Amino acid sequence: MSIGEPLPRPDGRDKVTGRARYAADQEVAGLLHAALVGAPTPSGTVTAIDGREALATAGVARVLTAADMPRFGPVAPPSAVSKLPMQDGTIRHEGQPVAIVLAETLEAAECGAGLVRLTIEPAPFRPQGGGEVAVPPGIYGPVTFTKGDPDAAFLAAEHQHIAEYRQPSRHHNPMEPSATIAVWEGENLTLYDSVQHGYSVQAIVAAALNIRPERVRVISPHTGGGFGAKGFVWPHEILTAAAARVARRPVKLALSRAQMYANVGFQPNMVHRMALGAGRNGRLTAIKHEVEHVTALSDDFVEMATAASRGTYASPAIFTAQKVERANVNMPTAMRAPWEGPGLWGLESAIDELAHAVGQDPLDFRLANYAETDPATGKPWSSKKLREAYEEGARLFGWRERAGRPKRDGPWTLGFGMATCSMGAFRFPSQAQVRIKADGSVTVETGCHDIGTGTLTIFPQIAADVLGLPPDKVELIMGDTRLPQGGPTYGSSSTMGVGASVLRAAENARELLGRLANLPAGEVVMKDGRIGRRGGLGAGVPIGDALRTAGVGEVVGKGRFTLPGDAPFNADGEGTPHTIRTFGAVFIEVGVDCELGLLRLRRAVGSYSAGRVINPRTARAQMTGGIIWGWGMAAMEASPYEKKLGRWLSKNLAGVAIPVNADIAGDIQIHFVDEFDPHASPLGAKGIGELGATGVAAAVASAVFDATGKRIRELPITPGKLV
Amino acid sequence: MPDGSRSGAEYSLRIRVNGTDHAVSLDPRVTLLDFLRERLHLTGTKKGCNFGECGACTLHLDGRRVNACMVLAVQADGREVTTIEGLAEADRLHPVQQAFIDADGFQCGFCTPGQVMSAVACIAEGHAGSDAEIREWMSGNLCRCSAYPQIVDAVRAAAAAMAGKG
Amino acid sequence: MHPFAYTRAATIAEALAVGAQAAAAYLAGGTELLNWMRLGIAVPQHVVDISRLADLDRVEPLPDGGLRIGALTRLNDAAQCTEVVRDYPVLSQAILKAASAQLRNLATVGGNLLQRTRCPYFRAEELLPCNKRVAGSGCAAREGLNDRHAIFGWTDACVAVQPSDPAVALAVLDAVIVTEAAGGGRRIPAREFHTLPADDPASDNVLVPGELIVAIELPAPAPRSAYLKLRERESYEYAIVSVAVALDLDADLIRRARIALGSVAHRPWRLDEAERRLVGCRPGSPEAIEAAAAAFTDARPLAHNAHKVAMAKNAVLRTLRTAAGMP
Repeated sequence: MSIGEPLPRPDGRDKVTGRARYAADQEVAGLLHAALVGAPTPSGTVTAIDGREALATAGVARVLTAADMPRFGPVAPPSAVSKLPMQDGTIRHEGQPVAIVLAETLEAAECGAGLVRLTIEPAPFRPQGGGEVAVPPGIYGPVTFTKGDPDAAFLAAEHQHIAEYRQPSRHHNPMEPSATIAVWEGENLTLYDSVQHGYSVQAIVAAALNIRPERVRVISPHTGGGFGAKGFVWPHEILTAAAARVARRPVKLALSRAQMYANVGFQPNMVHRMALGAGRNGRLTAIKHEVEHVTALSDDFVEMATAASRGTYASPAIFTAQKVERANVNMPTAMRAPWEGPGLWGLESAIDELAHAVGQDPLDFRLANYAETDPATGKPWSSKKLREAYEEGARLFGWRERAGRPKRDGPWTLGFGMATCSMGAFRFPSQAQVRIKADGSVTVETGCHDIGTGTLTIFPQIAADVLGLPPDKVELIMGDTRLPQGGPTYGSSSTMGVGASVLRAAENARELLGRLANLPAGEVVMKDGRIGRRGGLGAGVPIGDALRTAGVGEVVGKGRFTLPGDAPFNADGEGTPHTIRTFGAVFIEVGVDCELGLLRLRRAVGSYSAGRVINPRTARAQMTGGIIWGWGMAAMEASPYEKKLGRWLSKNLAGVAIPVNADIAGDIQIHFVDEFDPHASPLGAKGIGELGATGVAAAVASAVFDATGKRIRELPITPGKLV
Repeated sequence: MPDGSRSGAEYSLRIRVNGTDHAVSLDPRVTLLDFLRERLHLTGTKKGCNFGECGACTLHLDGRRVNACMVLAVQADGREVTTIEGLAEADRLHPVQQAFIDADGFQCGFCTPGQVMSAVACIAEGHAGSDAEIREWMSGNLCRCSAYPQIVDAVRAAAAAMAGKG
Repeated sequence: MHPFAYTRAATIAEALAVGAQAAAAYLAGGTELLNWMRLGIAVPQHVVDISRLADLDRVEPLPDGGLRIGALTRLNDAAQCTEVVRDYPVLSQAILKAASAQLRNLATVGGNLLQRTRCPYFRAEELLPCNKRVAGSGCAAREGLNDRHAIFGWTDACVAVQPSDPAVALAVLDAVIVTEAAGGGRRIPAREFHTLPADDPASDNVLVPGELIVAIELPAPAPRSAYLKLRERESYEYAIVSVAVALDLDADLIRRARIALGSVAHRPWRLDEAERRLVGCRPGSPEAIEAAAAAFTDARPLAHNAHKVAMAKNAVLRTLRTAAGMP
């Protein structure tokens, strides 16, 4: 068995030698470099574009405006926006593309973009913050939810806690800025793109350009981080394809870091209005959670942060509601961790405060309110070992012994905090095939992507176990829409969806091979490169021989992972007898220098109940990265929005802080409870990529309270709030 | 000596990249980073921000680590550049490269060439004496996947391995 | 970037000759100039590469016991040279807290002093109201987001701060900036090198066009000195507030204190009054605390940066103790 083994990543060699090629690294002959010209104002109309000066610049080939663009066909999700830019003069947000400069060199394109003169008729704009708030349509689930009588239950509660918890807008800032190279060959389009789901790009670009999806091929083996920024399809991808068609040359567009701020989404600012009620015994009697955030003028994005309050604690009465505010901003989008990432900041902060008010240890309070079944629906969990996760995490951290630990270290006051982690389960259908050739080579083929989560490592592991081969004998071919349609590489969904389809494809290949070898179905066993009958493998034959004997060059096993009702998406096991979630607990020790306002991470323990772990090495990296992501959310990350100017103020990595190596000075320990979830996927596994990032901010705020007595209810916890 | 009297002129220069001399004529606006990526198609050196704010383009210029986006290619005239592509000797990985694989010091891999080049320099500079020192001297390389603890493990292990060998 | 002509100067005279032309810019480490050109903050027609000028990257002792640091000395080299580490720890620490290891391999000591503010309105990709970018366009930060801005010496026309770490150390050390120019060089006290916005918000320092920094001279050693930089991120970030302190002690009493704050004003901010009142005090004593606190009575925080006052005050007290070698 290689599942469960901490195998190293097969992509390691390519990545440490610079051979791994990302979208902008693809070598395409004869291409033009594109540079976007963005709207300098958040609203208004472009009445004229003067490209003469730009065109006079050496190397500039074209200045494209809305007049040069084809009329795009209608697009809907997974297009990030429904109103595509460069179709008319309307400006909906600052930074929206209004022109594209194409040039023989990157230098000429960038210089030319700065020389395009825009005439703009400004119009008043709706800034983010303080505007009209509305109830959005329920795109991703119920925007309001009521169980029991939450108002009455809250009013009657012995202990009541009401508070608002805020968090700023933040950007994903993957290290690789989005990039697209568009190459037309006749009526066929190839896109080298930086994506988390190539098939979405294929569908949306085809719809926008009014061509059949089969004529669009998206190639994207390695993506330099996404975190949600590359999940939906963004206008620049369509614009690049259109520009290449207009110019009759391949076109390469790499967004600048600044352009990433207004062209590929962000996690919107949120206010969580929490009201919790508990009896004298500390049992929750009411949970109320309202979330409000910004969305674009043209489209609804709803960050379903209230999901956390419907799925985490037992309570006879629950009320949740989502509201949005429309503004002239670019479209927000999902970001690690969606829903529960922000939601648990609100819920877990409130729970911590209530636990203190009740006079219980925060861990005991959570255990007392443990949800044995799904609080919203009453359905049983597909699997849940959160008690064990709490217990193991507490033991590894020394939670119960923390009172005996020193509270000072030089100028640092130490504090300890914890929070529950949880994520719903986003599942997507997926297809894969496994090809076994007479030369003994085995390939797994599925159109998923490598964004570093471990897909390249675990899919060969899964197939190898079925085929009785060492994983390094199984090659994964991915990142191309010509392959069987793999599920997306977001929402912690890959292992369940793509992984299950790989498992099925390998099983199918084994069965096909068994049939060739005249073995009874269901009794085929493969081991050490041989195939034979269960119990009699010694008499088996080498794989290659089985194919050659049958006079067949290869077998191709097909595998599918489907959802109830053949749905394109399933959240939390909806429509099945079980609710699927992942769980965990994070324990944090911080140091606060109260005189100087400094907050530093000293150590963390994350302990998770998340189904079967396919590869503990890559899983550990995911959870470690998640906790550090959460630390950034807690301690520094914010994208300041300039309300008067209607734009992101700092569109860079110097004015917007994300964690650096020196921030992670302490030990981060990761633990997984031994678990198998038979309902989430046939692998027994669930998603983990987002789980690690949940709960962290609330645990940090709890630790800060422990150290300083200060309750911080607005993220990030920066020196100005501590000094 | 390149001496431009008018803007828009190109400049002849010679840069040694990974042991190979390149004699080229260049617009002086071309950065060392774009020269490597767009002209020489050495795309291992990554562009993460183009403002010296992320470290993804870290390479060695005359043996010292620098951000390639902050250097004009003309400034590298007559100098020696080592990129991630020039680190391994044929098929034998540099000990730091091997250590990154062994310690799982990367995820998406986009910042990794910069991290590796930075780590090689960090060790050569004598700044790998403790975990705290490694963290500080590796902080010029952002990793959004946040493989930081594993990167520290890799640098520590590589430093020890290289000291043992030396 | 707009096209420019590039000249690599072989001698100072040659650099000064080209540098005297209109719209010329000197290029040393490049870590600021390249970004200014990308953002349109600088649009030079002539870029004069001075990075290979001979003999300007040396650190040499001065006959009077001081130290001369060539302007082209790379930040990492200056910070780690034995004399600086031993005799001017405040400078070594300040440099090593700046930027990142790889940027410090490019950036030079002279060039570092020419950093311009990190004000995001000034550094925006589009022109925003900023009197530094377009005279008379206003200061969007004054009534906008100004949490990283000035608490001292600002005007309604500009609330920006000077971000250099080394400059704070040089101000506290009473260093001298040595320049050359076509009409002859001069010696500029470090604490007078950067200007205040009251004079002209567009200007950052007293250099005239074409003038070239060739060296920094440090007077007598200041072994009891220290630098403290506060920021939410542990490394590779500009300061919210920084403090440089240099002390002369008589047993455990302060004979002379020099204190400068960074990132609180358009220039490193020396606390002259506090320095006078600290004479004769013991670091950490109630008198010293009172003396240091007095320096902040004239602080004028903006809408979003009142915390800088408290942080700076406490940082001064902490750094006085560090410089004195107290726990």
